[in-house]
Amino acid sequence: MTALATKTSDLEKQFTADSSTSADPGKYKMIAENVTISYNGIQAVKDITMKFKERSVTALIGPSGCGKTTFLRCLNRMHDMTKNAKVDGKVMIDDIDLYDKSIDPIYHRRKVGMVFQKPNPFPTMSIYDNVTAGLKLNGVRDKKILDEIVEDSLKMAYLWDEVKNDLKKPAIELSGGQQQRLCIARALAIQPEVLLMDEPASALDPIATQKIEETITELKKEYTIIIVTHNMQQAVRVSDYTGFMYLGDLVEFRETKKLFTDPKNELTAKYVQGQFG
Amino acid sequence: MSSISERRQDYRNLFKHNVEKRLLVDKIVRLAVFACVIIAIIPLGSILVEVFKNGIGALSYEFLTEPPGAIGSGAGGIGPAIQGTFIIVGLGSLIGVPIGIMSGIYLSEYGENRLAKSIRFFNDVFMGFPSIVLGIFAFLMIVLILDHFSVWAGAFALSLIMFPIVARTTEESLKMVPVTYREAGTALGLKKWVVTLRIVVSAAKNGMITGILLSVSRISGETAPLIMTILGSSQFFSGLDVPMDALPLRIWRLSLLPYDSAQLHGWGAAVVLIMIIIGINLAVRIFFANRSKKSGILGQLIKKGVAAKN
Repeated sequence: MTALATKTSDLEKQFTADSSTSADPGKYKMIAENVTISYNGIQAVKDITMKFKERSVTALIGPSGCGKTTFLRCLNRMHDMTKNAKVDGKVMIDDIDLYDKSIDPIYHRRKVGMVFQKPNPFPTMSIYDNVTAGLKLNGVRDKKILDEIVEDSLKMAYLWDEVKNDLKKPAIELSGGQQQRLCIARALAIQPEVLLMDEPASALDPIATQKIEETITELKKEYTIIIVTHNMQQAVRVSDYTGFMYLGDLVEFRETKKLFTDPKNELTAKYVQGQFG
Repeated sequence: MSSISERRQDYRNLFKHNVEKRLLVDKIVRLAVFACVIIAIIPLGSILVEVFKNGIGALSYEFLTEPPGAIGSGAGGIGPAIQGTFIIVGLGSLIGVPIGIMSGIYLSEYGENRLAKSIRFFNDVFMGFPSIVLGIFAFLMIVLILDHFSVWAGAFALSLIMFPIVARTTEESLKMVPVTYREAGTALGLKKWVVTLRIVVSAAKNGMITGILLSVSRISGETAPLIMTILGSSQFFSGLDVPMDALPLRIWRLSLLPYDSAQLHGWGAAVVLIMIIIGINLAVRIFFANRSKKSGILGQLIKKGVAAKN
C-alpha cells in the first residue's frame, strides 16, 4: 500500500480516487473543480471536485435526484441548452477550461462523446448515416474514410455483426438494445477521448445490458469513461472508481472495490448495502 | 373508525357500482363524437357532390385550354384562369413558404425571448386577419404606388396570408421533436444551425409539409385579395406587372352573370379548382413518401422489383 491510501483524513485525497493498486497511475484526463450547478437559483450540484484518470471507468452512483446526471451533463456543457441552468467552477479537459468564456464548446464536445439514458438515434437517418452524422455534418465527405469509421465504430460498440448487411436500414427499426449500441457507435465515430454515459443500460434487458457492459470494458483500453448508473452491481462490474453522490454532494469518491467493501462514510455504507435508495 | 382493509373493500364496491354507468357514458361519448364527424362531413360531401354534378358537364379540352369567349355565348373556356392560378399560387408560395419556415424555426429554436413572444402573438393575430384587409394592404402598397394592377401585388397579398400559417405550423412541428435529438446532435459537437436544419427539421418534415399544403390550399381559393391586386383578365399570362386571371376570380365573375352558359362555366371552374387543390396535396404527399423510400408505396414496389430481379 502506498501512502495515498493511508491518508484518509486528507479531504483532497478522498475526492481524488486513490490509485494504490493501479500499476500505471496515468495522468488525469479530465478535472472538475468546485463545480456548482443551479437551476433557478436552487443548487442541484454543490461544489464538486473530481478527477478522472485517463483510460479508466468512473461510475457515479446515488439515489434519484442526487445530481449525478446533472453533473455528468456539465462535463460536456450540455447545460448550455437548458434555460435557467447556471454552472460555476471549472471543468478542465487536457488543461483547457471548458467553461472559459473564450472557448467554443463545439470543439470540446468533439473530444467528449455522450450516450444518453434513452436510445436516441436520429429517426430519419439510416444506421450508416447515424454513425456518420457527427462527421458528415461537420464536413467529412470522403466515402472511404466514412466507411472505415462506420465499421470500426460499430465493431467497437459490438453491433457490427448484427447490422453489417443492412447499414441502409432506418435506425429506428433496430431493437432498443441495438439502438443504444448504435448511439455508442455514433458517439465513438467522432473519435472522442472521453465518453460520458448517462445510465446507458437502464432501458435495456439483461442481455443487452451485458453487451453494453462488455463494450464499456473493451472501450476502457482507449477511452476515459464516466458512467452514471442506478445499478450498483453494474458499477462494481465495469468501473475502476466510483463516486457516491447524495443531495448534490459528492459524499465519497474512491476505487470501486474499496468504496463497496470498505466505505469510509456512513451514508455510503448504508447506500451500498441497500438500506436506502 | 374502520381499518384500512375495510375501507379498501368499500372503495372496491364503489368502483364496481360505477361500472355500468361508466360504460354507458363511454358509449354516449363515442356516439356523440361519431355524430359530430358525420354532421361535419355532410355539408362537405354535399358541396363536393353538388359542384361535381353541376360542373362536370362543362369540362372539355376546349374549356380547359381556351380563353373565355364573348359573354353569354357559352364559347371559350377558363385556360387563362387555370394558368393564372398556378402562377399566382406558385409565386405566393415562393415568397411565403421560405419566410414562414424561417420564422417558424426562429420561434421554435431561438424563441425564448420577449421579441419572439410578441412575434408569436402578432403572428396569431395576423393568421386571423380577413384576407380582404391583406388585399387592401397590397393594393395600397403596390398597386397604388406602381399605379397598375399586377401579378406581383397578388403574389405579395397571398404570401401575407401564407406565412403566418406556415410559421405557426412549422413552429409547432419543430416543438414536437423530442429534445433528446437536439441533445444528441449537440453532444456530437455540431453547431446549432446544423442540428436545427439537418436533424430537427428533417424529423419534423411531415408536420411542416402538412402546414405548407394547408396554406397552399388556403391561398388557392382566395378571391378577395386577388380582386384588389391582379384584378382578372380574359387573356393568357403576359407579364408580372399586368393584370392576370385566376380560378377563384373567374368563378366569382361567372357566378354574377345571368346566363346559364356562364353559370355552367362557373361550376366547371369550381370543379377544376377543387381538382387542382386535391392534386397538389396528393402529389406532394406521394413525392415525400417516396423520398423516404422505406414507407412509400412506390418505394416498396421498386424495392420488391429490385429484389425480384436479383
